Amino acid sequence: MYNASDLRKGLKIQIDGDPYVVTDFQFSKPGKGQALYRTKLRNMINGNQFERTYRSNDKFEKAPLMERTMQFLYSQGDEYHFMDTKNYEQLFITRESLGENVNFLIDNMEAQVLLHDDNPIGVTLPNFVNLKVTRADPWAKGDTSGSDTKPVTVETGYQVQVPPFVEEGDKIQIDTRTGMYITRVKE
Amino acid sequence: MITSHGLVQRAVFIQAIRRFFIDRGYLEVDTPVRIPAPAPEAYIEPEPADGWFLQTSPELCMKRLLAQGFPKIFQICKCFRRSERGHRHLPEFTMLEWYRTGIDYLDLMEECEELFRFLDQKINAGRGIEQDGRIIPLTSPWERLRVEDAFGMYADMSVQDALDRDQFDEVLTARIEPKLGMKRPVFLYDYPARLGALARVKENDPQVAERFEIYISGMELANGFSELTDADEQRSRFAREREKISALGRDPGPMPEKFLDALAAMPEASGIALGVDRLAMLFSGAKKIDDVVSFTPEAL
Repeated sequence: MYNASDLRKGLKIQIDGDPYVVTDFQFSKPGKGQALYRTKLRNMINGNQFERTYRSNDKFEKAPLMERTMQFLYSQGDEYHFMDTKNYEQLFITRESLGENVNFLIDNMEAQVLLHDDNPIGVTLPNFVNLKVTRADPWAKGDTSGSDTKPVTVETGYQVQVPPFVEEGDKIQIDTRTGMYITRVKE
Repeated sequence: MITSHGLVQRAVFIQAIRRFFIDRGYLEVDTPVRIPAPAPEAYIEPEPADGWFLQTSPELCMKRLLAQGFPKIFQICKCFRRSERGHRHLPEFTMLEWYRTGIDYLDLMEECEELFRFLDQKINAGRGIEQDGRIIPLTSPWERLRVEDAFGMYADMSVQDALDRDQFDEVLTARIEPKLGMKRPVFLYDYPARLGALARVKENDPQVAERFEIYISGMELANGFSELTDADEQRSRFAREREKISALGRDPGPMPEKFLDALAAMPEASGIALGVDRLAMLFSGAKKIDDVVSFTPEAL
């Protein structure tokens, strides 16, 4: 159990059966009044956000979350199948739970799968992934006003802005947290 | 983290506070920090110290000095309150308290204005307080806003409704405080009587305590009041607070008997507690209390 005084940004707590992460936190205490813990919370399953103010005597359950290192195997429709690298157990995650991460998933990639009560609710990918460029139009200077980049498509179907020298068949490194191009990778 | 410039500013600032009170004939006192019985207050939790407690405020000792015949006293000291940590709170912080006999809370408001004007002139070339690119002048007169009117202006419920629903603190913090003192400092005053544990109630309106808070730029800076001098009334208020503390699951500690004994001899007076660190935040434009102290607890 957590007390109100344990509240801080990033803490994960269980409310009405759902896991929530504290996204903003402020301690306040009007003169001679009681301590108030003002939080913004985000539901880790559906992303809904709300604000709530707690008092000192409020208590919280820790969200039953666990991370497992798993390998991405394949996708079938909206189901993305992963395998535990230790015990070879398999499970799938829905496309919705993956969010932006679907843009960077390739076969055999290792990821941290987040489980809530044994239900997968999200993954954390490596910060940087290398992806192959499958489509790149030649860059025409002056096409876009003032920007020295062009769009390319990578093997996952994701589109990203890259410098003009990147060509079809190149491998590029992308930051999975921002979705931005980092560098061209030499094989 | 405070800058080296900030640390020097803080010293100059505290010296200026001293100068103001010494020039006005106040006696500087330094009462014990470790005491056997702090004032029982439901929402202020003292730090135990080897069977006694670290002071949450020097209030009780200073009032005993008033009772002993000192008419004008001030103190700059450390106070300790458990579990208070935020961008405007430290569990150990610096407090300025001053007490003066023969004046009421309205007179005290005027003296507050004078102190702030003096500090502004002395260390700030009269520029006022700059917050988020806005200037808040410290010139007199400041705004005076009754608590009841503040709820009427800024909240979606009356002060009485807020009290009945046990939402006073929430409404004050979320709806009202952020609006206070944005153009000039404000005295929020005449608090509901039950929220002034050591304050005198108004003679013609017993529902209201002669208590005020100073707000500048949405930040609460000081709490002052006409002091309650009725020892019996004070004892029964303390008893109620101690019940609340027990209900909250804490040990209420001993009743401050020696203070209650002294209260009978204490003349009419007003007094105020002002957070020095927060005042330093305002004058330096700091957003976090961390930026105006030499070390935070986390840095120790």
